[in-house]
Parts: sequence; structure tokens; C-alpha cells
Amino acid sequence: MFASGNIAIAEGAMTAGLKFYAGYPITPSSDLMEYLAEKLPQRGGVVIQMEDEIASINAIIGASNAGVKSMTATSGPGLSLMAEGIGLAVITETPVVIAHVMRAGPSTGVPTKTTQSDIFMVRWLTHGDYVIPSFAPWSVQEAYDLTIKAFNTSEKLRTPVFILSDAILAHVWEPLVVKEPGEVEIINRKTPRSKEEYLPYMAEDDMIPPMAPFGQGYKVLVESLVHDERGYYAPNNEKYKSLVARLFNKISSNVDWIFEHEEYFLDDAETVFIAFGSVARTVFALTKHLRSSGYRVGMFRPKTLWPLNEKVFKERIKGRRIIVVENNLGKLVMDVERIMCDREVHGASVLNLESPTLKEIKEVVMQWL
Amino acid sequence: MALIGKTHPLDPHLRADRIPTLYCPGCGLGIGLGAMLRGLQKRIDEGSLNRDKILWVGGIGCSARLTFYVNYDSAHVLHGRAIPFAVGAKLANPELTVVVVGGDGDIAGIGGNHLMHAARRNIDIITVMFTNFVYAMTGGQVAPTTPLGVRTTTTPLGNPEPPLDVVKVVSSLNANYVARASITTPHYIEQYFYKALGMKGFRFIEVVSTCPEIYGRHIGLRDPVEMYNELKKRVIYKPRPTLDEAVISWEKGIVIGEFVVKDNPGFIDILQGGSK
Repeated sequence: MFASGNIAIAEGAMTAGLKFYAGYPITPSSDLMEYLAEKLPQRGGVVIQMEDEIASINAIIGASNAGVKSMTATSGPGLSLMAEGIGLAVITETPVVIAHVMRAGPSTGVPTKTTQSDIFMVRWLTHGDYVIPSFAPWSVQEAYDLTIKAFNTSEKLRTPVFILSDAILAHVWEPLVVKEPGEVEIINRKTPRSKEEYLPYMAEDDMIPPMAPFGQGYKVLVESLVHDERGYYAPNNEKYKSLVARLFNKISSNVDWIFEHEEYFLDDAETVFIAFGSVARTVFALTKHLRSSGYRVGMFRPKTLWPLNEKVFKERIKGRRIIVVENNLGKLVMDVERIMCDREVHGASVLNLESPTLKEIKEVVMQWL
Repeated sequence: MALIGKTHPLDPHLRADRIPTLYCPGCGLGIGLGAMLRGLQKRIDEGSLNRDKILWVGGIGCSARLTFYVNYDSAHVLHGRAIPFAVGAKLANPELTVVVVGGDGDIAGIGGNHLMHAARRNIDIITVMFTNFVYAMTGGQVAPTTPLGVRTTTTPLGNPEPPLDVVKVVSSLNANYVARASITTPHYIEQYFYKALGMKGFRFIEVVSTCPEIYGRHIGLRDPVEMYNELKKRVIYKPRPTLDEAVISWEKGIVIGEFVVKDNPGFIDILQGGSK
């Protein structure tokens, strides 16, 4: 089919088994919900437009605990409103997927235009300690594929997961191959084996507790307070440390599985561009353009932004000059500097409400080549 | 020692290992919960309700914590957000009977917008709101129901804000059921909750309660019995109260009864009808 990035995310979600969507209209994410409002009920799911983003995130958490795969999508100010609810999904270990379609900010900003400014927002949105996996596609096909991965990650690790798109990708139309049932691996949350010994937050060896849905006699207790294995409030150091450390480690210890990236012309590259999302499309074109002019440049594109696989960064791009190109004032570059602390790392910030042009990026990066 | 091994008749409904509760002596919440559970027991006994299909949802506050003492599927979620969580759970699994419990701050203050839209949608959940006129768990700050002029920790010169009449607000929307009882009339709590469990659409029950520690003590009602008796004196039962009578007035009395009883299609009916 021929589809936009927003449609691709919606289709990916339905392939992954989406059954409940709650959302609130906000540009540039709205047409994702509009598409699902038509398609999802035909596949036995429910779409509801809630009174605000706060209600939307809490409704999908309720629905997920009732046993169905759930998601929402939003942009800029909408994600700000969802912050507390996403923390609830973290501590209650509720699998939900949030598609964040970035627009220009701060505040109301420019609703219809793009940036990549929110990559730390999805990393440190809510209070407390946690890691929330975030995937940043660069094409319509990848928006579809990474949405399935996002659902699989949320179900496997009982965690909220972000898909980080932007206004460019949301509305670019490209060919999309939709997978047939059975053609792609779909992961479903594990459920408890017995009602008698069931404790809602008793983790197994993989640090993940089996998840029982409401309505089947498990006497589930979903608890937003710091809790013990039973879900009982446990305001003591020992339980707090073990819970928060487990919530963190269950994600970070799976970084090899969560983290995906692509490499282009790395073998002989003296200079490596790092770019993600829609901007990476232009950087890829620039890389090819510069190579044809004789520059030994390559490109490293993380498809997963958080958690970053620091080992992969060190192994693959060690010993080169690194230029991080982003459509923001310089965010990912801070982490790359930290990871490659002894290397030459430059931040190429190219703020542009449309999409930085090849010429614009070239002008910025040439000072280091 | 004779008591060991004996249980309270409502124990099967409770996570008994969590008892004693954190509630203060004289708190009205125990009476309220006891009455609700007796209403629920009747529904289970008569076979019209499967206890595995009941979900309790609470936000934050003393009243919301009732949800983690009950031995059912339950969720203790964010301040003000019990209703949207409940809406999601109900839409995901319409077989569930979903009961939201919270205080007036949780349900009508921070959660007021969700309450309004749940009532407008006539979504198939029951909301029981305990009104104690104050934010109790956080230490006695002004609530949307605090009477005019009352001193609280955040209105030390007296509350300058007229209170919200939540029964009137919910009745003005599309809810199928709106009733008010008081912890001084537990039989009505039981009766209304029993009735609500058998209905569809949005059902709202306000329970006027006592908070002797955080509210009573500060308005000159120095012990729980005195506070209970003062409330009891003011409660007036009317079988068919009008909405004009819904206002809660310490001077003129507090009218309890069923303000709205309708049998309109619930949200789930419309959704299922609409998708055919």
C-alpha cells in the first residue's frame, strides 16, 4: 500500500494486535487516530476520543490491565500532559505504546512543523528513576516495523514504550509492505500459571512478573505506590531499592535486544555522521554526495534512541571523527560525547521547521571535514 | 483468645492481611465500605454478579485506598485519574463491573473533568464519592466541597470559595443514576449500591462522611461521636428529592435520596449497537 508515517504506525499497531486506542486530537498526530477510528473497530477493537491527554494515557493503562494491547499517540504539549500517567505505566509495569509525533516547541510552538527536540523528553519525562525504550524510525516502512517492535518490547518487558516520529515522517507518503499474519514475530505478555500462588509483582528470573488480566479471578492489585511483590505499599529502603533497580535493570539488561541501528560506508570512514529519524534521510544523501566527491565519510543511524547500546557505539565508530546531526540545539550529541569521551565529537545543530536541506547540513559539517 | 479463628462476615471481601487499615479512629470510611460490601454480597448471593468480574479502582486519598483493602481485582492509580483508568478497563472488557471509589477532592476536584465526561457519556461504571469536606490525607487543605468560610490549612482566613454541589453537577449531565447517602444512614448506602450494581450507564453515589481527625477537630467538633451526631442531626431522607434540594447545607440540612433514576442506553450499548 501507499501510506504516510502516521498510517504506518497505525497499521503496525494493528498487526501487533492493538485492541484499544484512546487519544486526544493534536497536530501532527491526529490523523493517526482518525485512521484507527475507521479501521480498528473493523478488527474488533475500540477507539475513543477522551476529554484530554491525561484521560487518554490513563485509559490505555486501564485497558492494558484488562488484558488488551493498548496505545495512544500525541505531540508536544500532549506528551507533557501525559507525563504522570507514563510514570504510572512504569511502576505498575503496564505494557502500553505511545507514539510521540514531534512538533516544534516549547509550549504551543509551531503545531504543523517539525523538530527533533523531544528526545530527552521521552527519556526523562516523568519523576523518578526508569528507562523507557524509544524507537525512532526514518521511513514509512520502518515506522511500521518499529511499531511492531515497540509492541513486542512493551509486552515482553511489561513497560511503556515510545515511538518517536516527527511532523515530516508523519505526513510523508511512501510505499509500505504490510506483513501478513504469521509473517512477523508477535510477542504477547506472559501470564501466570496458577491463581493460588499468584502475586502481581513477583518477578521471575528474567525480572518480569507474569501479568494477569482483570476479570479472571486472580485478584490482581495494580499499585501506583512503591510496593512489594504482593502490590502492598512498602515505604522502606529495601523494597524501594529492589523495585526501582528491577524496573531499571529489566530494560537495561535487554539493551542488546532492544537496540537496533544501521551503518552505511563505515569500513573506510574517517568521519562518521550520527543521525536519526527524518533528518537521517538528508544526512544519508549528504554522505553519498560527499563520498562521490572523495570524502571518506560514513553514517551510523540509531533506530533505538533509548537505551543506547554504548558497547555498539564504542565498537563500531571508535577512532573516527564523529559529527552528530540533529534538528535541535544539540541533544543526542551530549550522550555521544559522554560515551566516546576521548574522541573528537562535534554537534551539528540545524534548526529548521521544514527539514534541514542537504546544502544547509553540508555548510555546517564542512568546517570539520 | 476466644476470638482467634473467628472471622467477620465481610472478611471474604477483604484482604484481611492488610487489616488494621490506616484510617483514623471515627473515620466514616469503614461504615461506608461495610455497607457497600453488604450490597455487593446480596448481588453475589442472588447470582446476578460474578465476584471474579468485579474491578475496584481508586485514585489517591483516604477514600481511594479502600480499593486496596478489598479482595478483588483492584487498582490504586493516580490522583484524580481513577475514572479514565476505569473507562479504559471497562471498554477493554465490557464483562467487568467497574467500581470507582474516591474522595471529593479526587473525584470532583482534580478529577472533575473526567467525572463530567464520564457522566455525559453515560459510561457503564459506578462511582462512589465520599464527601468529607476537606483534603484529609494531605493534611486538611481546602476541598471543592469545603463550606464557605471554613478555615483549612490553605484557607487560614476562612474559605472564600462557595462549595461545589457534585450531585447537582452530575445530575445535569447524562448519568443514569445519582443518589446521595450518608455514613449515618448505612442502610441507604447498601441499598443504593445494590441498586447501582444492577443498572447500566453511569451511576454516581455520593456518601457524606465524617473526618473527625482532619476536619471535625478543626471546626470545633472535638470527638468522633460528636461529629457523627452533628451530621446525623442534619441528614434528611427524601424518597423523591428535587435537584433544588441537592445543595449540602450545614444550616438547612443535607438531603439524601435518589436524585436521578433512568434506564437510558449505556455507552457500551451505544458502542455495540453502533458497530453492528
